[in-house]
Amino acid sequence: MTTSALETVRLVKRFGGVTATDQVSLTVAPGELHALIGPNGAGKSTLIGQLAGELSPDAGDIRLFGQSVIGRPVHERARLGLGRTYQITQLAREFTALDNVLLGVNARRGGNTRFWGPARQDLESVARARAALDQVGLGERAEAQVAALAHGEQRQLEIAMALATEPRLLLLDEPLAGMSQGEAQAMVTLLRGLKKHYTMLLVEHDMDAVFTLADRVSVLVYGRIIATGTVAEIRANADVRAAYLGEETAA
Amino acid sequence: MSALWPTAIDWRAPRTWVALGTLALLLVLPLLAEFVSGDGADFWVKFATRVMIYALAAIGLNLILGFGGLVSFGHAMYVMLGSYAVAIPTEHGITSGWLHLVIALAAAFVLALVVGAISLRTTGIAFIMITLAFAQMLFFAAVSLKQYGGDDGLTVAARSDFGVISIAGHIGLYYVALTVVLLALYLSWRAVLSPFGLVLRASKANARRTLALGHPVFRFQLAAYVASALLCAVAGVLLANLTQFASPAYGAWTLSGELIVVVILGGLGTVFGPLIGAILLLALEEALPTLVEALLPAYKANWMLLLGLFIFLIALTLERGVYGSLPERARGRQQP
Ligand SMILES: Nc1ncnc2c1ncn2[C@@H]1O[C@H](COP(=O)(O)OP(=O)(O)OP(=O)(O)O)[C@@H](O)[C@H]1O
Ligand SMILES: [Mg+2]
Repeated sequence: MTTSALETVRLVKRFGGVTATDQVSLTVAPGELHALIGPNGAGKSTLIGQLAGELSPDAGDIRLFGQSVIGRPVHERARLGLGRTYQITQLAREFTALDNVLLGVNARRGGNTRFWGPARQDLESVARARAALDQVGLGERAEAQVAALAHGEQRQLEIAMALATEPRLLLLDEPLAGMSQGEAQAMVTLLRGLKKHYTMLLVEHDMDAVFTLADRVSVLVYGRIIATGTVAEIRANADVRAAYLGEETAA
Repeated sequence: MSALWPTAIDWRAPRTWVALGTLALLLVLPLLAEFVSGDGADFWVKFATRVMIYALAAIGLNLILGFGGLVSFGHAMYVMLGSYAVAIPTEHGITSGWLHLVIALAAAFVLALVVGAISLRTTGIAFIMITLAFAQMLFFAAVSLKQYGGDDGLTVAARSDFGVISIAGHIGLYYVALTVVLLALYLSWRAVLSPFGLVLRASKANARRTLALGHPVFRFQLAAYVASALLCAVAGVLLANLTQFASPAYGAWTLSGELIVVVILGGLGTVFGPLIGAILLLALEEALPTLVEALLPAYKANWMLLLGLFIFLIALTLERGVYGSLPERARGRQQP
Protein backbone atom coordinates (compact mmCIF):
# COMPACT_ATOMS: atom_id res chain seq x y z
CA MET A 1 0.00 0.00 0.00
CA THR A 2 1.28 3.45 -0.88
CA THR A 3 1.67 5.94 1.96
CA SER A 4 -0.87 8.71 2.15
CA ALA A 5 0.19 12.19 1.16
CA LEU A 6 -1.47 13.38 4.33
CA GLU A 7 -2.96 11.64 7.29
CA THR A 8 -4.34 13.08 10.50
CA VAL A 9 -5.05 10.84 13.45
CA ARG A 10 -7.66 11.89 16.01
CA LEU A 11 -6.54 15.50 15.82
CA VAL A 12 -7.88 17.84 18.52
CA LYS A 13 -7.62 21.61 18.83
CA ARG A 14 -9.43 23.67 21.44
CA PHE A 15 -9.81 27.43 21.73
CA GLY A 16 -10.95 27.92 25.31
CA GLY A 17 -14.37 26.32 25.37
CA VAL A 18 -14.60 25.81 21.60
CA THR A 19 -13.35 22.52 20.20
CA ALA A 20 -12.44 23.72 16.72
CA THR A 21 -10.95 20.38 15.71
CA ASP A 22 -12.62 17.38 17.29
CA GLN A 23 -11.01 13.95 16.77
CA VAL A 24 -10.38 14.60 13.10
CA SER A 25 -8.98 11.63 11.18
CA LEU A 26 -8.52 12.36 7.54
CA THR A 27 -6.43 10.88 4.75
CA VAL A 28 -5.48 12.37 1.43
CA ALA A 29 -4.21 9.78 -1.06
CA PRO A 30 -1.45 10.66 -3.53
CA GLY A 31 -2.92 12.24 -6.66
CA GLU A 32 -6.27 12.83 -5.03
CA LEU A 33 -8.20 16.08 -4.90
CA HIS A 34 -9.84 15.91 -1.52
CA ALA A 35 -12.37 18.61 -0.75
CA LEU A 36 -13.15 19.75 2.76
CA ILE A 37 -16.50 21.43 3.15
CA GLY A 38 -18.45 22.66 6.12
CA PRO A 39 -20.39 25.67 7.36
CA ASN A 40 -18.78 28.90 8.58
CA GLY A 41 -16.85 28.32 11.79
CA ALA A 42 -16.73 24.55 11.30
CA GLY A 43 -12.96 24.56 11.82
CA LYS A 44 -11.65 24.22 8.26
CA SER A 45 -9.05 26.99 8.46
CA THR A 46 -8.07 25.84 11.93
CA LEU A 47 -7.36 22.40 10.51
CA ILE A 48 -5.29 23.84 7.65
CA GLY A 49 -3.37 25.94 10.19
CA GLN A 50 -2.45 22.81 12.14
CA LEU A 51 -1.42 20.94 9.01
CA ALA A 52 0.82 23.83 7.95
CA GLY A 53 2.26 24.21 11.45
CA GLU A 54 0.94 27.67 12.30
CA LEU A 55 -1.24 26.19 15.02
CA SER A 56 -0.24 23.31 17.27
CA PRO A 57 -2.86 20.68 18.00
CA ASP A 58 -3.74 19.69 21.56
CA ALA A 59 -3.80 15.99 20.70
CA GLY A 60 -3.45 13.62 17.79
CA ASP A 61 -0.94 13.17 15.00
CA ILE A 62 -0.27 14.65 11.57
CA ARG A 63 1.66 12.57 9.05
CA LEU A 64 3.00 14.12 5.91
CA PHE A 65 4.08 11.51 3.34
CA GLY A 66 4.19 8.96 6.12
CA GLN A 67 6.27 11.08 8.49
CA SER A 68 4.94 12.63 11.69
CA VAL A 69 5.39 16.41 11.61
CA ILE A 70 4.05 17.31 15.04
CA GLY A 71 6.36 19.93 16.53
CA ARG A 72 8.10 20.67 13.23
CA PRO A 73 8.06 24.37 12.35
CA VAL A 74 6.17 25.86 9.42
CA HIS A 75 9.16 26.30 7.12
CA GLU A 76 10.31 22.71 7.57
CA ARG A 77 6.91 21.37 6.60
CA ALA A 78 7.05 23.58 3.52
CA ARG A 79 10.43 22.06 2.73
CA LEU A 80 8.89 18.58 2.97
CA GLY A 81 6.62 19.54 0.10
CA LEU A 82 3.65 21.21 1.74
CA GLY A 83 2.36 24.24 -0.15
CA ARG A 84 -0.57 26.31 1.01
CA THR A 85 -2.71 29.30 0.18
CA TYR A 86 -4.73 31.45 2.53
CA GLN A 87 -8.39 32.27 2.84
CA ILE A 88 -7.35 35.87 3.47
CA THR A 89 -4.72 36.77 0.89
CA GLN A 90 -1.18 36.74 2.30
CA LEU A 91 1.21 38.48 -0.08
CA ALA A 92 4.20 40.79 0.12
CA ARG A 93 2.22 43.85 -0.88
CA GLU A 94 5.18 46.14 -1.58
CA PHE A 95 6.64 43.60 -4.01
CA THR A 96 5.89 43.03 -7.65
CA ALA A 97 3.95 39.90 -8.59
CA LEU A 98 7.17 38.43 -9.98
CA ASP A 99 9.16 39.02 -6.77
CA ASN A 100 6.43 37.33 -4.74
CA VAL A 101 6.69 34.24 -6.90
CA LEU A 102 10.48 34.43 -7.04
CA LEU A 103 10.44 34.18 -3.26
CA GLY A 104 8.60 30.89 -3.63
CA VAL A 105 10.93 29.59 -6.35
CA ASN A 106 13.97 30.42 -4.23
CA ALA A 107 12.48 28.69 -1.22
CA ARG A 108 12.65 25.47 -3.22
CA ARG A 109 15.86 26.11 -5.14
CA GLY A 110 17.91 27.31 -2.17
CA GLY A 111 20.93 29.60 -2.37
CA ASN A 112 19.17 32.21 -0.30
CA THR A 113 22.23 32.99 1.75
CA ARG A 114 23.80 34.59 -1.32
CA PHE A 115 24.01 38.31 -0.66
CA TRP A 116 26.04 39.59 -3.58
CA GLY A 117 24.48 38.62 -6.90
CA PRO A 118 21.10 40.27 -7.54
CA ALA A 119 18.11 37.94 -7.17
CA ARG A 120 16.71 39.16 -10.47
CA GLN A 121 19.87 38.14 -12.30
CA ASP A 122 19.37 34.47 -11.44
CA LEU A 123 17.81 33.78 -14.82
CA GLU A 124 16.82 30.19 -14.08
CA SER A 125 14.87 31.24 -10.97
CA VAL A 126 13.26 34.17 -12.76
CA ALA A 127 12.25 31.90 -15.65
CA ARG A 128 10.60 29.49 -13.23
CA ALA A 129 8.82 32.35 -11.48
CA ARG A 130 7.49 33.61 -14.81
CA ALA A 131 6.36 30.09 -15.68
CA ALA A 132 4.37 29.92 -12.43
CA LEU A 133 2.76 33.28 -13.22
CA ASP A 134 1.92 32.08 -16.73
CA GLN A 135 0.43 28.93 -15.28
CA VAL A 136 -2.16 30.92 -13.29
CA GLY A 137 -2.68 33.43 -16.10
CA LEU A 138 -0.80 36.34 -14.54
CA GLY A 139 2.14 36.40 -16.97
CA GLU A 140 1.24 39.85 -18.24
CA ARG A 141 1.18 41.32 -14.74
CA ALA A 142 4.63 40.13 -13.66
CA GLU A 143 6.00 43.62 -13.00
CA ALA A 144 2.85 45.03 -11.38
CA GLN A 145 2.93 45.86 -7.68
CA VAL A 146 0.67 43.59 -5.65
CA ALA A 147 -1.22 46.65 -4.40
CA ALA A 148 -2.13 47.43 -8.02
CA LEU A 149 -3.59 43.96 -8.68
CA ALA A 150 -7.32 43.33 -8.66
CA HIS A 151 -8.69 41.03 -5.96
CA GLY A 152 -9.05 38.15 -8.40
CA GLU A 153 -5.50 38.61 -9.61
CA GLN A 154 -4.26 38.56 -6.03
CA ARG A 155 -6.04 35.24 -5.53
CA GLN A 156 -4.29 33.90 -8.64
CA LEU A 157 -0.95 35.16 -7.33
CA GLU A 158 -1.71 33.44 -4.03
CA ILE A 159 -1.76 30.13 -5.95
CA ALA A 160 1.24 30.94 -8.13
CA MET A 161 3.39 31.49 -5.02
CA ALA A 162 2.44 28.10 -3.65
CA LEU A 163 3.06 26.41 -7.02
CA ALA A 164 6.48 28.06 -7.24
CA THR A 165 7.66 26.00 -4.28
CA GLU A 166 6.94 22.82 -6.28
CA PRO A 167 4.76 21.31 -3.56
CA ARG A 168 3.90 17.62 -3.37
CA LEU A 169 0.73 18.50 -1.50
CA LEU A 170 -1.31 21.68 -1.90
CA LEU A 171 -3.63 23.00 0.79
CA LEU A 172 -6.00 25.54 -0.70
CA ASP A 173 -8.14 27.52 1.73
CA GLU A 174 -11.12 28.90 -0.17
CA PRO A 175 -9.41 29.92 -3.41
CA LEU A 176 -12.73 31.24 -4.75
CA ALA A 177 -13.37 33.52 -1.75
CA GLY A 178 -14.60 36.95 -2.80
CA MET A 179 -14.33 36.28 -6.53
CA SER A 180 -16.72 37.48 -9.19
CA GLN A 181 -18.50 34.84 -11.21
CA GLY A 182 -16.13 35.24 -14.15
CA GLU A 183 -13.05 35.09 -11.95
CA ALA A 184 -14.40 32.04 -10.15
CA GLN A 185 -14.97 30.27 -13.46
CA ALA A 186 -11.37 30.92 -14.50
CA MET A 187 -10.15 29.68 -11.12
CA VAL A 188 -12.12 26.44 -11.41
CA THR A 189 -10.57 25.87 -14.84
CA LEU A 190 -7.15 26.51 -13.34
CA LEU A 191 -7.79 24.08 -10.48
CA ARG A 192 -8.99 21.45 -12.91
CA GLY A 193 -5.68 21.78 -14.74
CA LEU A 194 -3.69 21.60 -11.50
CA LYS A 195 -5.58 18.52 -10.44
CA LYS A 196 -3.69 16.46 -13.02
CA HIS A 197 -0.34 17.27 -11.44
CA TYR A 198 -0.91 17.90 -7.75
CA THR A 199 -2.32 16.22 -4.70
CA MET A 200 -4.71 18.71 -3.14
CA LEU A 201 -6.78 19.38 -0.08
CA LEU A 202 -9.33 21.96 -1.15
CA VAL A 203 -11.42 23.93 1.32
CA GLU A 204 -14.28 25.58 -0.49
CA HIS A 205 -17.78 26.89 0.07
CA ASP A 206 -18.76 26.87 -3.58
CA MET A 207 -20.58 23.54 -3.93
CA ASP A 208 -20.64 23.55 -7.72
CA ALA A 209 -16.88 23.90 -7.77
CA VAL A 210 -16.42 21.20 -5.14
CA PHE A 211 -18.69 18.72 -6.86
CA THR A 212 -17.04 19.16 -10.26
CA LEU A 213 -13.48 19.04 -8.96
CA ALA A 214 -13.32 16.66 -6.04
CA ASP A 215 -12.43 12.98 -6.06
CA ARG A 216 -13.52 12.68 -2.47
CA VAL A 217 -15.21 15.04 -0.05
CA SER A 218 -15.06 15.29 3.74
CA VAL A 219 -17.68 17.24 5.63
CA LEU A 220 -16.71 19.09 8.78
CA VAL A 221 -19.35 20.32 11.20
CA TYR A 222 -18.50 21.79 14.62
CA GLY A 223 -14.97 20.48 14.29
CA ARG A 224 -16.04 16.92 13.56
CA ILE A 225 -15.89 15.04 10.29
CA ILE A 226 -19.42 13.74 9.87
CA ALA A 227 -18.88 12.07 6.50
CA THR A 228 -16.21 11.25 3.93
CA GLY A 229 -16.90 9.82 0.50
CA THR A 230 -17.19 10.32 -3.21
CA VAL A 231 -19.22 13.21 -4.56
CA ALA A 232 -22.18 10.91 -5.19
CA GLU A 233 -22.02 9.45 -1.68
CA ILE A 234 -21.85 12.88 -0.09
CA ARG A 235 -24.73 14.20 -2.17
CA ALA A 236 -26.82 11.24 -1.02
CA ASN A 237 -25.77 11.32 2.64
CA ALA A 238 -28.73 12.18 4.87
CA ASP A 239 -26.62 13.61 7.73
CA VAL A 240 -24.81 15.90 5.35
CA ARG A 241 -28.03 17.10 3.81
CA ALA A 242 -29.43 17.81 7.23
CA ALA A 243 -26.36 19.46 8.66
CA TYR A 244 -25.14 21.36 5.71
CA LEU A 245 -26.44 20.88 2.19
CA GLY A 246 -30.02 21.26 3.25
CA GLU A 247 -29.39 24.70 4.58
CA GLU A 248 -27.52 25.58 1.37
CA THR A 249 -30.38 24.57 -0.91
CA ALA A 250 -32.92 26.19 1.37
CA ALA A 251 -31.02 29.48 1.19
CA MET B 1 28.04 47.17 -16.07
CA SER B 2 25.44 44.73 -14.83
CA ALA B 3 28.15 42.93 -12.91
CA LEU B 4 29.03 46.13 -11.06
CA TRP B 5 25.57 47.56 -10.42
CA PRO B 6 22.97 45.21 -9.00
CA THR B 7 20.19 46.98 -10.86
CA ALA B 8 19.76 49.25 -13.85
CA ILE B 9 20.23 52.88 -12.84
CA ASP B 10 17.76 55.41 -14.14
CA TRP B 11 20.02 58.40 -14.79
CA ARG B 12 17.10 60.78 -15.20
CA ALA B 13 15.46 59.98 -11.86
CA PRO B 14 15.55 62.73 -9.20
CA ARG B 15 16.83 60.20 -6.68
CA THR B 16 19.85 59.48 -8.83
CA TRP B 17 20.71 63.20 -9.11
CA VAL B 18 20.38 63.73 -5.39
CA ALA B 19 22.48 60.67 -4.61
CA LEU B 20 25.21 61.54 -7.09
CA GLY B 21 25.15 65.25 -6.16
CA THR B 22 25.52 64.37 -2.50
CA LEU B 23 28.38 61.99 -3.17
CA ALA B 24 30.15 64.56 -5.37
CA LEU B 25 29.87 67.19 -2.63
CA LEU B 26 31.16 64.78 0.00
CA LEU B 27 34.15 63.88 -2.17
CA VAL B 28 35.33 67.48 -2.46
CA LEU B 29 34.12 68.62 0.94
CA PRO B 30 37.55 69.26 2.54
CA LEU B 31 38.55 71.40 -0.46
CA LEU B 32 35.28 73.24 -0.26
CA ALA B 33 35.72 73.85 3.47
CA GLU B 34 39.23 75.15 2.91
CA PHE B 35 38.00 77.44 0.15
CA VAL B 36 35.02 78.79 2.03
CA SER B 37 36.25 79.14 5.57
CA GLY B 38 40.04 78.90 5.43
CA ASP B 39 41.22 78.60 9.00
CA GLY B 40 37.83 77.32 10.13
CA ALA B 41 38.03 74.39 7.68
CA ASP B 42 38.98 71.93 10.42
CA PHE B 43 35.67 72.46 12.12
CA TRP B 44 33.73 71.59 8.99
CA VAL B 45 35.84 68.56 8.17
CA LYS B 46 35.34 67.24 11.70
CA PHE B 47 31.65 67.96 11.47
CA ALA B 48 31.42 66.10 8.15
CA THR B 49 33.29 63.15 9.67
CA ARG B 50 30.74 63.06 12.43
CA VAL B 51 28.00 63.00 9.79
CA MET B 52 29.74 60.07 8.07
CA ILE B 53 29.92 58.17 11.35
CA TYR B 54 26.22 58.70 12.02
CA ALA B 55 25.47 57.71 8.45
CA LEU B 56 27.48 54.51 8.80
CA ALA B 57 25.69 53.49 11.99
CA ALA B 58 22.35 54.36 10.39
CA ILE B 59 23.17 52.35 7.24
CA GLY B 60 23.75 49.46 9.61
CA LEU B 61 20.55 50.01 11.55
CA ASN B 62 18.67 50.36 8.28
CA LEU B 63 19.41 46.72 7.43
CA ILE B 64 17.31 45.47 10.31
CA LEU B 65 14.96 48.44 10.71
CA GLY B 66 14.39 49.57 7.13
CA PHE B 67 14.59 46.24 5.33
CA GLY B 68 13.81 43.80 8.12
CA GLY B 69 11.06 45.94 9.64
CA LEU B 70 12.29 45.43 13.20
CA VAL B 71 12.71 48.50 15.41
CA SER B 72 15.93 47.96 17.34
CA PHE B 73 16.14 50.58 20.07
CA GLY B 74 19.59 49.59 21.21
CA HIS B 75 22.00 49.94 18.33
CA ALA B 76 24.02 52.65 20.07
CA MET B 77 25.46 49.91 22.28
CA TYR B 78 27.43 48.59 19.31
CA VAL B 79 28.73 52.09 18.61
CA MET B 80 29.82 52.32 22.23
CA LEU B 81 31.42 48.87 22.03
CA GLY B 82 33.39 49.99 18.97
CA SER B 83 34.62 53.10 20.76
CA TYR B 84 35.85 51.11 23.75
CA ALA B 85 37.56 48.67 21.38
CA VAL B 86 39.79 51.63 20.53
CA ALA B 87 40.05 53.28 23.94
CA ILE B 88 40.81 50.30 26.17
CA PRO B 89 43.59 48.72 24.04
CA THR B 90 45.10 52.19 23.51
CA GLU B 91 45.09 52.67 27.27
CA HIS B 92 47.26 49.53 27.43
CA GLY B 93 49.60 50.74 24.72
CA ILE B 94 48.08 48.73 21.89
CA THR B 95 47.73 51.27 19.09
CA SER B 96 47.21 49.10 15.99
CA GLY B 97 44.03 50.25 14.30
CA TRP B 98 43.59 46.90 12.60
CA LEU B 99 43.64 45.22 15.97
CA HIS B 100 41.10 47.75 17.29
CA LEU B 101 38.91 46.96 14.34
CA VAL B 102 39.17 43.21 14.82
CA ILE B 103 38.35 43.54 18.53
CA ALA B 104 35.37 45.77 17.77
CA LEU B 105 34.03 43.40 15.10
CA ALA B 106 34.57 40.28 17.17
CA ALA B 107 32.96 41.76 20.28
CA ALA B 108 30.00 43.15 18.32
CA PHE B 109 29.59 39.83 16.51
CA VAL B 110 29.34 37.85 19.73
CA LEU B 111 27.12 40.39 21.50
CA ALA B 112 24.80 40.75 18.49
CA LEU B 113 24.51 37.00 18.09
CA VAL B 114 23.39 36.63 21.70
CA VAL B 115 21.17 39.72 21.86
CA GLY B 116 19.71 38.98 18.42
CA ALA B 117 19.02 35.33 19.16
CA ILE B 118 17.07 36.32 22.26
CA SER B 119 15.27 39.45 21.12
CA LEU B 120 14.32 38.16 17.65
CA ARG B 121 12.07 35.63 19.37
CA THR B 122 9.76 38.60 19.80
CA THR B 123 8.38 41.24 17.47
CA GLY B 124 6.81 44.69 17.70
CA ILE B 125 6.84 46.51 21.03
CA ALA B 126 8.44 43.57 22.84
CA PHE B 127 11.37 43.64 20.43
CA ILE B 128 11.81 47.37 20.99
CA MET B 129 11.80 46.93 24.77
CA ILE B 130 14.17 43.96 24.83
CA THR B 131 16.75 45.62 22.59
CA LEU B 132 16.48 48.74 24.76
CA ALA B 133 16.94 46.67 27.90
CA PHE B 134 20.11 45.05 26.56
CA ALA B 135 21.49 48.45 25.57
CA GLN B 136 20.78 49.81 29.06
CA MET B 137 22.52 46.82 30.60
CA LEU B 138 25.60 47.46 28.49
CA PHE B 139 25.42 51.18 29.28
CA PHE B 140 25.57 50.49 33.01
CA ALA B 141 28.25 47.85 32.51
CA ALA B 142 30.38 50.58 30.89
CA VAL B 143 29.58 52.99 33.72
CA SER B 144 30.81 50.39 36.20
CA LEU B 145 34.20 50.10 34.45
CA LYS B 146 35.86 52.31 37.05
CA GLN B 147 39.38 51.41 35.91
CA TYR B 148 38.45 52.78 32.48
CA GLY B 149 36.90 56.03 33.63
CA GLY B 150 33.44 54.84 34.60
CA ASP B 151 30.80 57.32 33.57
CA ASP B 152 33.45 59.98 32.90
CA GLY B 153 34.61 57.98 29.91
CA LEU B 154 38.12 57.40 28.71
CA THR B 155 40.29 59.66 26.57
CA VAL B 156 42.23 58.14 23.68
CA ALA B 157 45.81 59.38 23.76
CA ALA B 158 46.41 59.02 20.04
CA ARG B 159 44.38 57.96 17.05
CA SER B 160 44.53 54.34 15.92
CA ASP B 161 47.49 53.39 13.78
CA PHE B 162 46.35 51.99 10.44
CA GLY B 163 49.84 51.93 8.92
CA VAL B 164 49.90 53.54 5.49
CA ILE B 165 46.29 54.70 5.84
CA SER B 166 46.94 57.62 8.12
CA ILE B 167 44.05 59.03 10.08
CA ALA B 168 46.21 61.24 12.27
CA GLY B 169 45.00 64.31 10.37
CA HIS B 170 41.35 65.34 10.24
CA ILE B 171 41.21 65.13 6.45
CA GLY B 172 42.67 61.63 6.43
CA LEU B 173 40.10 60.47 8.96
CA TYR B 174 37.33 62.11 6.97
CA TYR B 175 38.27 60.30 3.77
CA VAL B 176 38.57 56.99 5.58
CA ALA B 177 35.10 57.50 7.09
CA LEU B 178 33.70 58.50 3.70
CA THR B 179 35.25 55.45 2.05
CA VAL B 180 33.76 53.16 4.67
CA VAL B 181 30.35 54.80 4.17
CA LEU B 182 30.60 54.29 0.40
CA LEU B 183 31.56 50.65 0.89
CA ALA B 184 28.69 50.14 3.33
CA LEU B 185 26.25 51.75 0.91
CA TYR B 186 27.43 49.58 -1.95
CA LEU B 187 27.36 46.45 0.16
CA SER B 188 23.88 47.07 1.50
CA TRP B 189 22.65 47.99 -1.98
CA ARG B 190 23.83 44.64 -3.32
CA ALA B 191 22.65 42.72 -0.26
CA VAL B 192 19.17 44.22 -0.41
CA LEU B 193 18.68 43.16 -4.03
CA SER B 194 20.23 39.71 -3.53
CA PRO B 195 18.33 36.51 -2.77
CA PHE B 196 19.18 37.12 0.89
CA GLY B 197 17.72 40.62 0.71
CA LEU B 198 14.61 39.35 -1.03
CA VAL B 199 13.86 37.03 1.89
CA LEU B 200 14.70 39.74 4.44
CA ARG B 201 12.40 42.29 2.77
CA ALA B 202 9.73 39.64 2.40
CA SER B 203 9.94 38.89 6.12
CA LYS B 204 9.07 42.55 6.71
CA ALA B 205 6.31 42.59 4.12
CA ASN B 206 4.73 39.30 5.22
CA ALA B 207 6.66 37.13 7.65
CA ARG B 208 3.86 34.57 7.89
CA ARG B 209 3.83 33.89 4.17
CA THR B 210 7.60 33.91 3.90
CA LEU B 211 7.75 31.15 6.50
CA ALA B 212 4.99 29.19 4.82
CA LEU B 213 6.97 29.20 1.58
CA GLY B 214 9.79 27.46 3.44
CA HIS B 215 12.16 30.27 4.43
CA PRO B 216 13.62 30.09 7.95
CA VAL B 217 12.86 33.76 8.60
CA PHE B 218 14.52 33.88 12.02
CA ARG B 219 17.95 33.04 10.60
CA PHE B 220 17.69 35.77 7.99
CA GLN B 221 16.70 38.32 10.59
CA LEU B 222 19.53 37.24 12.85
CA ALA B 223 22.07 37.52 10.03
CA ALA B 224 20.80 41.02 9.19
CA TYR B 225 20.86 41.98 12.85
CA VAL B 226 24.46 40.86 13.27
CA ALA B 227 25.53 42.62 10.06
CA SER B 228 23.85 45.81 11.23
CA ALA B 229 25.67 45.58 14.57
CA LEU B 230 29.01 45.15 12.82
CA LEU B 231 28.55 48.37 10.85
CA CYS B 232 27.65 50.20 14.06
CA ALA B 233 30.79 48.85 15.72
CA VAL B 234 32.92 50.19 12.87
CA ALA B 235 31.15 53.53 13.34
CA GLY B 236 32.18 53.35 17.01
CA VAL B 237 35.83 52.77 16.08
CA LEU B 238 35.71 55.87 13.88
CA LEU B 239 33.89 57.89 16.53
CA ALA B 240 36.51 57.14 19.18
CA ASN B 241 39.14 58.29 16.72
CA LEU B 242 37.30 61.47 15.83
CA THR B 243 36.67 62.56 19.41
CA GLN B 244 39.67 60.71 20.89
CA PHE B 245 37.26 59.67 23.56
CA ALA B 246 35.08 56.72 24.51
CA SER B 247 32.21 56.95 26.94
CA PRO B 248 29.08 55.20 28.15
CA ALA B 249 27.26 58.20 26.67
CA TYR B 250 27.94 56.76 23.19
CA GLY B 251 25.67 53.89 24.15
CA ALA B 252 22.90 56.02 25.64
CA TRP B 253 19.36 55.29 24.54
CA THR B 254 19.13 58.83 23.17
CA LEU B 255 21.75 57.95 20.56
CA SER B 256 19.84 54.76 19.66
CA GLY B 257 16.81 56.99 19.21
CA GLU B 258 18.73 59.46 17.08
CA LEU B 259 19.83 56.64 14.79
CA ILE B 260 16.21 55.59 14.34
CA VAL B 261 15.31 59.20 13.54
CA VAL B 262 18.12 59.35 10.98
CA VAL B 263 16.85 56.23 9.21
CA ILE B 264 13.23 57.38 9.22
CA LEU B 265 14.12 60.94 8.20
CA GLY B 266 16.10 59.67 5.22
CA GLY B 267 13.55 57.07 4.21
CA LEU B 268 12.86 53.60 5.55
CA GLY B 269 13.66 50.88 3.08
CA THR B 270 15.94 52.95 0.86
CA VAL B 271 19.64 52.22 0.61
CA PHE B 272 20.76 55.85 0.40
CA GLY B 273 18.26 57.30 2.87
CA PRO B 274 20.39 56.94 6.03
CA LEU B 275 23.13 59.12 4.54
CA ILE B 276 20.65 61.86 3.65
CA GLY B 277 19.03 61.48 7.08
CA ALA B 278 22.37 61.84 8.86
CA ILE B 279 23.25 64.95 6.89
CA LEU B 280 19.87 66.50 7.61
CA LEU B 281 19.70 65.70 11.31
CA LEU B 282 23.24 66.78 12.16
CA ALA B 283 23.01 69.89 9.97
CA LEU B 284 19.82 70.89 11.79
CA GLU B 285 21.31 70.16 15.20
CA GLU B 286 24.22 72.37 14.20
CA ALA B 287 22.33 75.18 12.52
CA LEU B 288 19.20 75.52 14.64
CA PRO B 289 20.82 76.78 17.87
CA THR B 290 22.62 79.55 15.96
CA LEU B 291 19.53 80.37 13.98
CA VAL B 292 17.31 80.55 17.04
CA GLU B 293 19.86 82.62 18.92
CA ALA B 294 20.02 85.11 16.06
CA LEU B 295 16.28 85.40 15.54
CA LEU B 296 14.80 84.79 19.00
CA PRO B 297 17.60 85.21 21.52
CA ALA B 298 15.24 84.76 24.45
CA TYR B 299 14.42 81.22 23.31
CA LYS B 300 17.88 80.00 22.43
CA ALA B 301 17.70 77.16 24.93
CA ASN B 302 14.57 75.88 23.24
CA TRP B 303 15.98 75.15 19.78
CA MET B 304 15.31 71.44 20.25
CA LEU B 305 11.60 72.19 20.19
CA LEU B 306 12.08 73.48 16.69
CA LEU B 307 14.04 70.36 15.73
CA GLY B 308 11.29 68.20 17.15
CA LEU B 309 8.72 70.15 15.22
CA PHE B 310 10.67 69.70 12.00
CA ILE B 311 11.03 65.92 12.50
CA PHE B 312 7.35 65.77 13.37
CA LEU B 313 6.41 67.58 10.17
CA ILE B 314 8.60 65.33 8.01
CA ALA B 315 7.14 62.22 9.61
CA LEU B 316 3.67 63.60 9.08
CA THR B 317 3.99 64.75 5.48
CA LEU B 318 6.62 62.46 3.98
CA GLU B 319 5.68 58.92 4.79
CA ARG B 320 8.76 57.56 3.05
CA GLY B 321 11.22 60.12 4.43
CA VAL B 322 13.07 62.84 2.56
CA TYR B 323 15.08 60.67 0.18
CA GLY B 324 12.42 57.97 -0.02
CA SER B 325 9.87 60.50 -1.25
CA LEU B 326 11.93 61.46 -4.28
CA PRO B 327 10.76 59.79 -7.48
CA GLU B 328 12.91 56.75 -8.16
CA ARG B 329 12.01 56.35 -11.81
CA ALA B 330 10.35 58.18 -14.62
CA ARG B 331 7.48 55.76 -13.94
CA GLY B 332 7.11 54.19 -10.50
CA ARG B 333 9.13 51.04 -10.15
CA GLN B 334 10.81 49.73 -7.05
CA GLN B 335 14.45 50.63 -6.61
CA PRO B 336 15.38 50.32 -2.95
N1 LIG C 1 -7.28 32.00 17.15
C1 LIG C 1 -8.50 31.64 17.59
N2 LIG C 1 -8.87 31.88 18.87
C2 LIG C 1 -10.08 31.52 19.33
N3 LIG C 1 -11.01 30.93 18.57
C3 LIG C 1 -10.72 30.68 17.28
C4 LIG C 1 -9.46 31.05 16.72
N4 LIG C 1 -9.44 30.67 15.41
C5 LIG C 1 -10.63 30.12 15.18
N5 LIG C 1 -11.42 30.11 16.28
C6 LIG C 1 -12.76 29.55 16.39
O1 LIG C 1 -12.68 28.22 15.93
C7 LIG C 1 -13.81 27.91 15.15
C8 LIG C 1 -13.37 27.46 13.78
O2 LIG C 1 -12.88 28.58 13.04
P1 LIG C 1 -12.30 28.42 11.57
O3 LIG C 1 -11.80 29.76 11.16
O4 LIG C 1 -11.36 27.31 11.54
O5 LIG C 1 -13.59 28.06 10.73
P2 LIG C 1 -13.77 27.85 9.17
O6 LIG C 1 -14.38 26.54 8.98
O7 LIG C 1 -12.51 28.13 8.46
O8 LIG C 1 -14.83 28.99 8.83
P3 LIG C 1 -15.01 29.87 7.51
O9 LIG C 1 -15.77 29.05 6.55
O10 LIG C 1 -15.81 31.04 7.99
O11 LIG C 1 -13.66 30.24 7.05
C9 LIG C 1 -14.69 29.14 15.16
O12 LIG C 1 -15.64 28.98 16.18
C10 LIG C 1 -13.75 30.26 15.49
O13 LIG C 1 -14.41 31.28 16.16
MG1 LIG D 1 -11.87 29.46 7.07
